[in-house]
Amino acid sequence: MPAISFQNVSKTYHAVGRHVRALDGVSFDIEPGEFFGLLGPNGAGKTTLISILAGLSAASGGRVLVNGHDVVADYADARRSLGIVPQELVFDPFFSVRETLVIQSGYFGVRNNGAWIDELLAGLGLADKAHANMRQLSGGMKRRVLVAQALVHRPPVIVLDEPTAGVDVELRQTLWQFVARLNKDGHTVLLTTHYLEEAEALCGRIAMLKQGRIVALDRTTALLAGTASTMLRFKLDAPLPVALAARARVTGRIVQLKAHDAADVEQVLAALRSEGLHPEDLEIGRADLEDVFLDIMQSETGSAR
Amino acid sequence: MSTPHLFAGTRTLLYKEMLRFWKVSFQTVAAPVLTAVLYLLIFGHVLEDHVKVYNNVAYTSFLIPGLVMMGVLQNAFANSSSSLIQSKISGNLVFLLVSPLSHWAWFVAYVGASVVRGVVVGAGVLAVTFWFAPLSLVAPAWVLVFAVIGAAMMGALGLLAGLWAEKFEQIAAFQNFIVMPMTFLSGVFYSVKSLPGFWQDASHLNPFFYMIDGFRRGFFGVSDVSPWTSLAVAGGSLLAVCALCLHLLRIGYKIRH
Repeated sequence: MPAISFQNVSKTYHAVGRHVRALDGVSFDIEPGEFFGLLGPNGAGKTTLISILAGLSAASGGRVLVNGHDVVADYADARRSLGIVPQELVFDPFFSVRETLVIQSGYFGVRNNGAWIDELLAGLGLADKAHANMRQLSGGMKRRVLVAQALVHRPPVIVLDEPTAGVDVELRQTLWQFVARLNKDGHTVLLTTHYLEEAEALCGRIAMLKQGRIVALDRTTALLAGTASTMLRFKLDAPLPVALAARARVTGRIVQLKAHDAADVEQVLAALRSEGLHPEDLEIGRADLEDVFLDIMQSETGSAR
Repeated sequence: MSTPHLFAGTRTLLYKEMLRFWKVSFQTVAAPVLTAVLYLLIFGHVLEDHVKVYNNVAYTSFLIPGLVMMGVLQNAFANSSSSLIQSKISGNLVFLLVSPLSHWAWFVAYVGASVVRGVVVGAGVLAVTFWFAPLSLVAPAWVLVFAVIGAAMMGALGLLAGLWAEKFEQIAAFQNFIVMPMTFLSGVFYSVKSLPGFWQDASHLNPFFYMIDGFRRGFFGVSDVSPWTSLAVAGGSLLAVCALCLHLLRIGYKIRH
């Protein structure tokens, strides 16, 4: 039985005078124990899909199962199997960290949960903040409490909705070590993120969502192998020649170009030399997930609608 | 869902809702008690020798049950409405939305905590105002029944307002344009018998009138209408508000999209 099963899920919003189709027949399964990545640009429907999974919003069509429990008809058991780390940094200012966790645990019918709460506090580096009011915590600490809250009822399936947006490097490391350990212990993890290197490092399988549709779904290694291209990267202080600019990805000074073989590389360098340009820090490497992602997003532009 | 889970969750939410107001009890309990005492001192002082409502009851004594009930009603409303709107606006309602708690659990916990706060404030007002005028307690059962029905109805009404409102101003408007006028025009400060005919009839359309009249009956043994009529109207209003409230919670009105 899949840990999460999305079956032909669609969602239509009724804006004034028009329908907005946020999700359009999304179907895929996530198997128990997987570390699964859900990627897509802003507005692709990632958060809508997570909201339907969590019961925060209702699908217009299709259904979602968690460990075989329908998230609508059998919502209590579905939600008991799920731990959700929301995207927004929310907290209840009336309570301390420990109170927050005891209360959240109680909502799930789990009482006398002190030992597990202590373990979570220690594991997330919150032990010395247990009695601090939520208001006194820094953003990073609040984020850790959100993770602890999601795990307080020991759910087999964990959903992290862009958990590292705006988080410093140290916390990102702590968080990933912690989540990777949970995954190793058998928890299923569903992650949405904007950081593609994060998804590449952590996720065994990845789905890419665009305009409410799945446009790619495969093992991460297969997605990377699929493009089979090499990237030529260098830094340049001047504008690129027109011929190259059309096929390059430019981020500030950094230029990236697909180069299939040595002849390709030579051709690019020749074009630069003929304009009197001097690339710095030249390197040739394999395509990463970001390249795959951009490739897919660009190639699907016409066909998705 | 097994039964022990269900009740453990409901109990936790009820506890959390009570802890929430208790942590700021200076504002949620002490402040309304002080307000009621000020009303009593000022209106009692000004009107004591000018207004006679029931033959053997002094005006200040008459005023006390009304002020107690006003404290019960307004604070029960404030508790559920402010808790829900705060959670909605700050976004922490998500912790409850992702929990397995049913709409019944939400209802019982929010309304239950409102009843507790209403009754605590009412008891506080009574404990302080009691010293200012002689007060009888003819039928304590009526006092308790109307206090609980009134608090429950206002707790449920607060829950409705909290579900409906999208900003704090809307809650304030609900409070200032509906709750305040209906409590003030229900006979807290006077007997509706002293009103001109039209206003007397209008008062009989106000469910709060029956709650306060029945509540006062418990103290003095006299009332404007029969306590059984009051019980029927108050109980009927409570059921209607609760039914609407449960329905909206079940469909996730304005909280699940």
